Amino acid sequence: MSVPSVIDATEPVLLPPRGARASLRRIAGLVRRYMYLLRSSGVRIVELIYWPFLQMLSWGFLQKYLASTENPYAQAAGVLIGSVLLWDILFRSKIGFSTTFIEEMWSRNLGNLLISPLRPFELVAALSVWSIIRLSVGMVPVSIAAFLFFGFNLLDLGLALAAFFFVLVLTSWSLGLIAAGVILRYGLGAEELAWSLAFLLLPLCCVYYPVSILPDWLQPVALALPPTHVFEGMRSILLHGTFDPADLWWALGLNAIYLVAGYATFSWFLSSARENGTLLQLGE
Amino acid sequence: MNETARNLSKDSVEVGANVPLPVAVRDLTKRYGTVMAVNHISFTVEPGATVALLGGNGAGKTTTIAMLLGLIKPTAGEVRVFGADMARDRYSVAQRMNFQSPYVDLPARLTVKQNLTVYAELYGIANAGERIGYVAEHLQIEDLLGRQTGKLSAGQKTRVGLAKALLNAPELLLLDEPTASLDPDTADWVRRKLKSYARERKATLLLASHNMAEVERLADRVILLQAGRIIEDETPQALIEAHGRQTLEDVFLDVVRGRNAQAVPESLAS
Repeated sequence: MSVPSVIDATEPVLLPPRGARASLRRIAGLVRRYMYLLRSSGVRIVELIYWPFLQMLSWGFLQKYLASTENPYAQAAGVLIGSVLLWDILFRSKIGFSTTFIEEMWSRNLGNLLISPLRPFELVAALSVWSIIRLSVGMVPVSIAAFLFFGFNLLDLGLALAAFFFVLVLTSWSLGLIAAGVILRYGLGAEELAWSLAFLLLPLCCVYYPVSILPDWLQPVALALPPTHVFEGMRSILLHGTFDPADLWWALGLNAIYLVAGYATFSWFLSSARENGTLLQLGE
Repeated sequence: MNETARNLSKDSVEVGANVPLPVAVRDLTKRYGTVMAVNHISFTVEPGATVALLGGNGAGKTTTIAMLLGLIKPTAGEVRVFGADMARDRYSVAQRMNFQSPYVDLPARLTVKQNLTVYAELYGIANAGERIGYVAEHLQIEDLLGRQTGKLSAGQKTRVGLAKALLNAPELLLLDEPTASLDPDTADWVRRKLKSYARERKATLLLASHNMAEVERLADRVILLQAGRIIEDETPQALIEAHGRQTLEDVFLDVVRGRNAQAVPESLAS
């Protein structure tokens, strides 16, 4: 093979590496990478819709059955489907964040990223943006299907829906940050955590039942979790047609604390991985 | 070893007239529990030099490179790249350096062009399309641009990895076993490519390698590591002469086996 020169013509024009524009460019670059990945496989796109669709179908039919009984609570329009769809927002957003991060490790690409000008907060921002895009790809068709199959219109929640969505996504990012940090430090052996962390919240944040069902001592724990306020709010709107916005402010305040704690945990584990040399051993 | 490399003064992190050296390592130490992976090493690398870190398995080569990249935090000591303390301020110089290793991959499902486009954005290359086309042409990977990276052969992956590493035309290029698992023809091609890049760009290269022929061919200087310590720091020719041997490989074997030329059986000496 002949060996021509690499630099005798087109030199790279390097943009300033600091500042908000540089950060946005790198975040967009990484989101573009995730978009390429999603586009590379039709199976991945189908998978994003497949599981939430099955969930929605199962709970939708249960709701339909209960509605035909004498149970007045169960007859309230769409409470179960609403619960499933909102839970899926939390769960899928969390999975989107974590699996996208794990994917960098599977592909042994994390080393390349961490030596590039990409800052850790930019990586986190890209994962967060991507979790919303990924969530939308899955949830929009499933929400439309919920309307077509069971007449449940998620938009009936009105403006509160946007607030619920925001609260749930913020919580999912906090969980995703903790899972990503643990995996960084302990490697892919801790991968199970990425899948199971959200399920820890399932019984505590009262997805399918009111907080009042929990034992007295457990109720403060449930109320300290932002998603609990979302599910309580959703039930309140669908069953009584009212909703106390103060609940949402409380949830947002809690989310701020969890997000700061999540990012601090991620940063601490990243620093610990640099300390222990585990960043060199990442991969399948 | 060269004593001046051990005793770095504050001035020695600069080339002169406030121009910082590409690499200045001072008293660098990395300890994992009771294992001392890198043991108080100090060295500098002049602009435009090609320096090889040589040593057996576990000698501390990869750990040293990882500390230079900011992937590992030193237990003690200091790593400066173009004057920036890599433990605290690596982002100020990240755009001026790059890295290639067969132990780090690009995402397999993305095409070569998609991967290079993403890294062009991460490195802030404004003329990304032009630059990718140019590097692809000169590394002879144009026909691979539309192919999935994971479906390439080892030699093709190495060329693509090199394209990623040269996208930003780094002033400092770090390489860990750049020709591992390549056939001799491709390995030779990669070495010639690296050599011509270093010469034309006046770039500084620091490579870790087990391949003595590669080191003899590429490096102006060899830093020989053993058990995390620098035991030799010379030009390849000076090392060969000092040990009275014919090749760098003989020198390496003498050093890692703890013997001198006189102790080697005559039948093996050549």
